[in-house]
Amino acid sequence: MFDFLDQYDVWEAFWVTIKLTLYSAIGSLIWGTLLAAMRVSPVPVMRAFGTLYINTVRNTPLTVIIVATSLGLYQTLGIELGGGTSKDINFKLAVLGLIVYHASFVCESLRSGINTVPVGQAEAARALGLNFIQVLTLIVLPQAFRSVVAPLANVLIALTKNTTVAAAIGVAEAALLMKEMVENESDVIFLVFAVFAFGFIVLTLPVGLLLGWVSKRVAVKR
Amino acid sequence: MSDLSVLYDAPGPRAKVRNWLYSVLFLVVFVLAAWWVLGEMADKDQLAGEKWKPFFTDSRVWTTYLFPGLLNTLKAAGLSIAIALPLGAILGIGRLSDHKWVSIPAGAVVELFRAIPVLLMMVFANQAYAEFSTLEPEVRPLYAVVTGLVLYNSAVIAEIVRAGIQSLPAGQTDAAKAIGMRKGQLMSYVLLPQAVTAMLPALVSQLVVIVKDTALGGAMLGFGELLGQIREITANYGANTIAAFTVVAVIFILLNLLLTTLAGWLESRIRRGKKTTGAVVPTAATDPAGGLD
Repeated sequence: MFDFLDQYDVWEAFWVTIKLTLYSAIGSLIWGTLLAAMRVSPVPVMRAFGTLYINTVRNTPLTVIIVATSLGLYQTLGIELGGGTSKDINFKLAVLGLIVYHASFVCESLRSGINTVPVGQAEAARALGLNFIQVLTLIVLPQAFRSVVAPLANVLIALTKNTTVAAAIGVAEAALLMKEMVENESDVIFLVFAVFAFGFIVLTLPVGLLLGWVSKRVAVKR
Repeated sequence: MSDLSVLYDAPGPRAKVRNWLYSVLFLVVFVLAAWWVLGEMADKDQLAGEKWKPFFTDSRVWTTYLFPGLLNTLKAAGLSIAIALPLGAILGIGRLSDHKWVSIPAGAVVELFRAIPVLLMMVFANQAYAEFSTLEPEVRPLYAVVTGLVLYNSAVIAEIVRAGIQSLPAGQTDAAKAIGMRKGQLMSYVLLPQAVTAMLPALVSQLVVIVKDTALGGAMLGFGELLGQIREITANYGANTIAAFTVVAVIFILLNLLLTTLAGWLESRIRRGKKTTGAVVPTAATDPAGGLD
């Protein structure tokens, strides 16, 4: 029944999906945290930049961003992000696009996490003479991170599903292979769809359950 | 900690100087980055006037490409929401049913379609229509995009509906039961009318996701929506890739900002309103970052 899978390397395609997810997740966590720090910082210019970035990026389709990295950055401006074969470059461009887009959601989740920290904690920290960076990194962010594990898990799940958009610039991940397979194996398209749908459920379901459990473990009891 | 300024003191003289210093430093880095980007663009001849001029002087680029593209985007988004809304409402109410044979299948459908990337459903639908239907190839991408969006978003809307009903105080149900209402009456006369107002902001935010996801059809299925028009424009107006992307992105951003603002306005209105319970499903009902796929 699953003979049609023999000619295709489904594992390889999903491995690319996993790599895209991992690199983009790490990147958007870092960039998103920086953005969140900017948005709550005492420097008005940084706050304005953060707000502008979030409002712009959140309202732009991810597809536009990813296609623009390929057509705009690479093919028009010749930015190759360290070069390599065109396969490597497309992969890196896709990661860049995914980071740019998802960092804004990480930032907004973190900011809502900062809101859950009681005001008294920051006041106490300030009374001890800590400056903004110290208040943020020693007192507020550690608690904020613990309270937003569940929202960040949702961002991670959405990121996993959104890696399929990289197919639009020819990154050989799951969605692109599925597109190729439904066109070639037109007699078994329901099976093909089922295989890929199952693959994504396997990728996202454990993440949701695991991080849901973690979020309960680490939540700050108030 | 809704007042974030508590993170730092009201700036004194030294802090003011320091903030100025940081501002200047940040601006310098920003300007250098912008300078480098513009320099790269100028090198590749992307800043030349004739690449940008068509969007301001030539109305044909709007009437031939951008407006039809925008129309297709709105058409796909409108059709999807019109179909997904009732479907999602049924699934959401079904999931709350007391009968296991209704609630379990409804829950399974919702969880399944929420877990599958919307692009996979579009690609699958496109091929399925090609195999099993007599749809003309020209309209097939629109059908495929709408099918994918409906399958995914009805599952998300079902969750919004469920959250909307569950956000109502339990007393509403108790009171309705106490005066002898049946389950159908309880739902249609008491719970749903209130839940609809509560979930309105979340629904409008979901519209942003739908509008954004139509772009997938342009990139993968040859659907002639806004993003899909970029190739046509660059082919006809002299390789103005960056200019075309900028204009299309700005249209998307303005459209979605309008929706986001509407959602925020609705939310603040409902929270203020005294006639309702004031319950609001946060735009984050299903994902914390409203507007995420």
